[in-house]
Amino acid sequence: MKALILLSVALGACSQSESRSGVVGDSARQAIAAATPSDSPRATVLHAPFRTIGHRATSAEVRAWNIDVNPSGDGLPRGSGSYQQGAQVFAQKCASCHGPHGEGTTGNPKLVGREPRDFSFAKDPKIVKTVGNYWPYATTLYDYINRAMPFDKPGSMTPDEMYGVIAFILAENEIIDRNQVMNARTLPQVRMPSRDRFVPDDRAGGSTFR
Amino acid sequence: MSDGENISRRAVIAGAAITASAALLKKLPARADEQAPQAAPNAVAQTPAAPPPSTVDPFTVPGTPTSATSVRSPFENPVRTPTGVLTGSSLTPHQDLTGTLTPADLVFERHHSGVPAIDPRKYKLVVHGLVDHNMTFTLDDLKRFPSVTRVYFLECSGNGRAAYRDPKPEMTPQAIDGMCSNGEWTGVALGTILREAGVKRSATWLLAEGGDAAKLSRSIPIEKAFDDAIVAYAFNGEALRPSVGYPARLLLPGYEGNTCIKWLRRIKLIDQPNMSKDETSKYTDPLISGVARQFSFVMDAKSIITTPSFPKTIEPGWHEISGVAWSGRGKIARVEVSTDGGHTWTDAELQEPVLSKAYTRFRQMWQWNGSAATIMSRATDQTGYVQPTRALFESTRGKGTDYHYNYIRAWNVGRDGKVVFAV
Repeated sequence: MKALILLSVALGACSQSESRSGVVGDSARQAIAAATPSDSPRATVLHAPFRTIGHRATSAEVRAWNIDVNPSGDGLPRGSGSYQQGAQVFAQKCASCHGPHGEGTTGNPKLVGREPRDFSFAKDPKIVKTVGNYWPYATTLYDYINRAMPFDKPGSMTPDEMYGVIAFILAENEIIDRNQVMNARTLPQVRMPSRDRFVPDDRAGGSTFR
Repeated sequence: MSDGENISRRAVIAGAAITASAALLKKLPARADEQAPQAAPNAVAQTPAAPPPSTVDPFTVPGTPTSATSVRSPFENPVRTPTGVLTGSSLTPHQDLTGTLTPADLVFERHHSGVPAIDPRKYKLVVHGLVDHNMTFTLDDLKRFPSVTRVYFLECSGNGRAAYRDPKPEMTPQAIDGMCSNGEWTGVALGTILREAGVKRSATWLLAEGGDAAKLSRSIPIEKAFDDAIVAYAFNGEALRPSVGYPARLLLPGYEGNTCIKWLRRIKLIDQPNMSKDETSKYTDPLISGVARQFSFVMDAKSIITTPSFPKTIEPGWHEISGVAWSGRGKIARVEVSTDGGHTWTDAELQEPVLSKAYTRFRQMWQWNGSAATIMSRATDQTGYVQPTRALFESTRGKGTDYHYNYIRAWNVGRDGKVVFAV
């Protein structure tokens, strides 16, 4: 049996990395790391790799599930869609739940609406969050629709259909013009109105309630 | 047990996952409105009437034979309160439970597109991205790794929303805080799995993704992965139940429940957060300063008295005040109880052992003199964090804030002995 290298400490040294500036998540991650030293028993008893458990994933296995799209646009597929194309798809596949113009239906999310523009959600629980008044990144639309929509048939839409639906939703929210085509290049460039409204978690335990 | 769980299980046996999904959709067309308060805010578990008195003297005749699985006494009917929708929840009946371990069939559930029917023989976990080797692990593979077993609470970050936004005297502990459960999880340290793939130094986050129709995904800081994260395949000594993530899920101790991805199918090592829907449009906390707190993972200290509570009526005399407390930042240091509406507080007895990021049951005897009283509990964790009052919570975060509702809960005891939620 191969020797096990038991380390009782967290893998701090191996998990450190140079941090990038300009990405909200980095400051969030660092804040989390600083604020929450774990007092939990370490779950991790680190072993040298066993090498005989599991198998190398094939490229087909990875490709089949590698569906995520990030704010940089990594993961966006080829294809494109316009407002007009998207309007047709939206009417067929989305409007029954989200309303003809994304205004929502009873029990189903509203997608369109820019008010309140001062992000005053904490003042009134009745204010409804929409793509236009809340979502910080446009790429999240592709990531989410691709993984979970339509609700009863997720994964059934083509990239062109999804780009079109995204163009429709963003234009209905008056975030892009109706003549703007959405594709892997243009979508990450869309600046969402609430982009700068998100802050890292500043709670850190201790005597101050935040 | 929810319909979804029943259907899922039968489907697995029959190998008919597609049929099950169709059946679920047909049976449950409605969807929960996520903007609305939590479902079933007033839910009182529908307890069937106790069986009629038996005419047989049990001392004089033999009882029933042995059985393959036991069932509860017909006089005991703790049940969850399912909303019956595919994006809904089903709440743990705290008022019916003692100690700290939640029975597996009463663990709360919350999911975003129904409970998937997963055949464990087909299950796999793919680890890829910023790793030396893309890896695939079967369920059997996961069980070959060294296992870890720990007791942890698991709480939905929306727990308490209905009680905050629309409180009613007739709310049970289940209706107030039923989206929290606690028990013994067994699985593999996530760090062990990641070491097998070899994590590159450039990886600062990981994306965890579920194998449900929503493919729920969250970005998790790499530090947490190598701290106390577990890929769990068992709860309270047996395989996870489908609604809790069968056959394997992520368990991030102390973190909000949605990050503990159920039906875990993929982990991708990444160098920036994915900004998925459930970490931007949902599970972010609007604050009164006009911003929203993002990646607010840790569940802060909280406690709730589970007895006496609505719908109980008590008699004058001695009663045990008892409840549970927990903190996502470590151990509970103390729980104080007040029986005069928060004017004076005394330390309750804490049940040993006090575990980190797990329920601690507290107890205090109380002699009720028959006059109106308000009883409440206040938890302090090892960091010195004290559970806030509702007034402090509301003035700091706002009426419309979302998630992490951990302020002090109180119960009013009337002169008639009726206990109701203090609103």
